[in-house]
Amino acid sequence: MTQEASKISVKNLNFYYGKFHALKNINLEIPEKKVTAFIGPSGCGKSTLLRIFNRMYELYPEQRAEGEVILDGENLLTSKQDVSLIRAKVGMVFQKPTPFPMSIFDNIAFGIKLFESLNQADMHERVEWALRKAALWNEVKDKLQQSGSSLSGGQQQRLCIARGIAIKPEVILLDEPCSALDPISTAKIEELITELKDDYTVMIVTHNMQQAARCSDYTAYMYLGDLMEFGATEQMFFKPTRKETEDYITGRFG
Amino acid sequence: MSRTLTEQRQSAYALRKWVNLFALTFSFAAMAFGVFWLFWILWETVVLGIGGFAVSTFTMMTPPPNETGGILNAIYGSLLIVAVATLVGTPIGMMAGIYLAEYDTKGWLAEITRFVNDILLSAPSIVVGLFVYAVVVARFKSFSGWAGVFALALLVIPVVIRTTENMLQLVPVGLREASYALGTPKWKVILAITLRASRAGVLTGVLLAVARISGETAPLLFTALNNQFMTFNLNEPMATLPVTIFKFAMSPYNNWQDLAWAGVLLITLIVLGLNIVARVLTRSKD
Repeated sequence: MTQEASKISVKNLNFYYGKFHALKNINLEIPEKKVTAFIGPSGCGKSTLLRIFNRMYELYPEQRAEGEVILDGENLLTSKQDVSLIRAKVGMVFQKPTPFPMSIFDNIAFGIKLFESLNQADMHERVEWALRKAALWNEVKDKLQQSGSSLSGGQQQRLCIARGIAIKPEVILLDEPCSALDPISTAKIEELITELKDDYTVMIVTHNMQQAARCSDYTAYMYLGDLMEFGATEQMFFKPTRKETEDYITGRFG
Repeated sequence: MSRTLTEQRQSAYALRKWVNLFALTFSFAAMAFGVFWLFWILWETVVLGIGGFAVSTFTMMTPPPNETGGILNAIYGSLLIVAVATLVGTPIGMMAGIYLAEYDTKGWLAEITRFVNDILLSAPSIVVGLFVYAVVVARFKSFSGWAGVFALALLVIPVVIRTTENMLQLVPVGLREASYALGTPKWKVILAITLRASRAGVLTGVLLAVARISGETAPLLFTALNNQFMTFNLNEPMATLPVTIFKFAMSPYNNWQDLAWAGVLLITLIVLGLNIVARVLTRSKD
């Protein structure tokens, strides 16, 4: 389907919420160091799919995944690796900003301390690096000891992105990261997403068609648990092969 | 004759205005009724208690009838027993609350624990006192400070369990998921994120539990009993403010009655202070 090297291969993936069959036989290759967007009407399973890549669904005993999700040659679903190590590799940012109840500095340092023991100077350097990467450094450099929740919504979301980047993941999952933000904050985050793909494989779930068009390289259209169409974003938006995709993208449906 | 829409609206609005006025008056009267008694109690406590507030009250032991003395041993006994009971009860209650909120929210063990805890929460404190009497005092054939600690800790635990569980449940799912998404192990999510996010609420619960046990008399009557002298040994019977108040207030001696009122005022002030601290803590959370 794509010429790029793939980072994650999804093979015959099925997902269940109790008895409800939420994802039906998904097959997909996620290209490395590109932005892949997932679009589709509410309830189509795009967030569900995203939450499989870091085994988030495991927090809820009634949820179950079958099939293969292969990251660097290993099936994540049956991996004997500690789930924490998978999550260190596959970071996630959620719909609503979730600053931890601690200072801005500690918000970033928290994740780093889980996996590395850095001395004070190295820790400072890493925190600054992550905040710069998330385009937040200039706004917070003078108030690193203030509480993370004292920031604006858009800044909090970039703090969460910085927190995810700080532990040096390889894949970043963004679950509607802009839906709670105003247009200016959204623009900043979209710009950031485009920069992130230099180093990371990014996947983003979005309800905003323009956002998918603006900042993704590949787009997947999902409907009722099926992957309807997947391809380069340009092709998906200009000449989709399926009628359903076209209807959704042009707003005739959904 | 049909009324216009505007007229219908006006008459409906007029009626609503009267209902509103009636409800407002009624709820204001109910509030005033409650506050009236509360302030009367506070006023009487201050008027009758302030006379007993002398230097000797805070420096001398409980006296024999009609001799000068104070309630220092009772103050000390209360502080010690309440403090130790809180130190014993809080960790147990917090751990049980964490179990209910984070580990086993819907299992049968959690359901039973919650049910039993609710019973314990509403159990009359005299029942707890008699239980500790039967289990500890009767067995060791001696009233003791430890027995009092045991009884009061049993009153602290259910309050702390309930508030810890409720406060942890208030932590947004998103915050929890975000912590797990970083690869945080569960114990660390609980200690560093969810407990931290709800620390003001949990602390408030502990303070309210302290406020509750510092006025409890019944559980101490059968356990710590009383002691006319100062003791630092929890193995001996100990004087406490509530029991001393009970004993002195029932007596015919004027100096005992004055000391009882001083003790009442002191406890009231302490509980009032704890409640204010609890209020300030919950407010600073937002």
